[in-house]
Amino acid sequence: MSSLSPGFHGRRRSTSLTDRLPPGQYPTESFPVLSAGPTPRVPTETWTFTVTTETGEERAWTWDEMMALPQEDSVHDIHCVTRWSKFDTRWRGVSLDTLLDDVETTAEYAAVHSYGGYTTNMPLEDLLDGKAWLVHTYDGYPLSPEHGGPARLLVPHLYLWKSAKWVRGLRLTPDDEPGFWETAGYHNYGDPWREQRHWGD
Amino acid sequence: MPLPWRTARLVERADETATARTLVLDAPGWPGHLAGQHVDIRLTADDGYQAARSYSLAAPADGARLELGVEPVTGGEVSPYLADDLPIGASVEVRGPLGNWFVWRPEQDEPVLLVAGGSGVVPLMAMVRAHRRAASTSPFQLIHSVRGEADLWYRAELGAGDPALDVRFLYTRQAPPGSTRAAGRLMAADLEPALKRLTPTGTVYVCGPTGFVEAAADLLTSAGQDPATIRTERFG
Repeated sequence: MSSLSPGFHGRRRSTSLTDRLPPGQYPTESFPVLSAGPTPRVPTETWTFTVTTETGEERAWTWDEMMALPQEDSVHDIHCVTRWSKFDTRWRGVSLDTLLDDVETTAEYAAVHSYGGYTTNMPLEDLLDGKAWLVHTYDGYPLSPEHGGPARLLVPHLYLWKSAKWVRGLRLTPDDEPGFWETAGYHNYGDPWREQRHWGD
Repeated sequence: MPLPWRTARLVERADETATARTLVLDAPGWPGHLAGQHVDIRLTADDGYQAARSYSLAAPADGARLELGVEPVTGGEVSPYLADDLPIGASVEVRGPLGNWFVWRPEQDEPVLLVAGGSGVVPLMAMVRAHRRAASTSPFQLIHSVRGEADLWYRAELGAGDPALDVRFLYTRQAPPGSTRAAGRLMAADLEPALKRLTPTGTVYVCGPTGFVEAAADLLTSAGQDPATIRTERFG
């Protein structure tokens, strides 16, 4: 008999599910929305995505230019620090490998910035080698504004706050620059499998 | 140092609505928190199975006392147990405080507008109470949207009158007899008088279900409120 929460049974899941569930997470079928402020409305006509290197060199794409790049379809499990996980989410977009292909840099970090002012950060290597995408389509439909449309970053191996909604660019930096949630109590790296939720985890 | 899981004992439970409950926990060693922050609550079954969810704190820091607001989700794994089954005197585990963004600090002296949809009033109530406890004279306004009178939380306390707090209830399905406003969802006209009293640097906190928060934030920005002054917390 546990001394904690007597009479609680909970909902056990098959191991095929729990093997895919990072510690402390629960699976959901819905797609909750979490954002710190109002949803920005970003028309694709004026949308741009800009990569700025540590030397100030810029590479920018308009919406049409981005859509003309090679597109990839991919399926991922995503994990939110608020403890929900969603399996087999289907996305379409451009690999960050494609966007960063001809960018010359020795920077080790990326500072991600979004329309509306949101920021997040990660080591550059977490955006490379097939680990990150600029996505504009979710489950066959244009990505809705509350989920980050017209385009968001998708870095599914990290907690979802790293997958910046309404993304407008990356700055490649020699030093790590903690972003919005990273300066507000959340973990700087955010690996769900190591349960890096908060400072000190 | 990682935030620890602390044992917290249920000392009091009160009905807020037919389904929603206030839970008061005693969490020895609690480090304190800011109004608007939340905690993770973890339950453990006899065989060691665990489940954790986040809940907003409804009151400012007060030693080891934690007040939660719980609206049970139909068929939910954790909230129905917390709302109705966890015995008084029994313990759960609690981790926090969490979230350093959707918070109000007593040193903030700008006017504040709080916009709550349903149980989204819980973290905003912590701000109302922190504001009152600090005897702050900065103008506070609360707009609380609920389906009907039976869905109002903290009814007696919010109805008691507080000179530094202006409270307005909006009913979306059924307005009480004598209401001047017909039942209906939040509209621009509901926000207009409140926004007039908010200076450009005033802060707006919006909390509720996603649909409500999206609609409220859109109305606020359409009315000219700077998006940078609007903080949101969404659930569901």
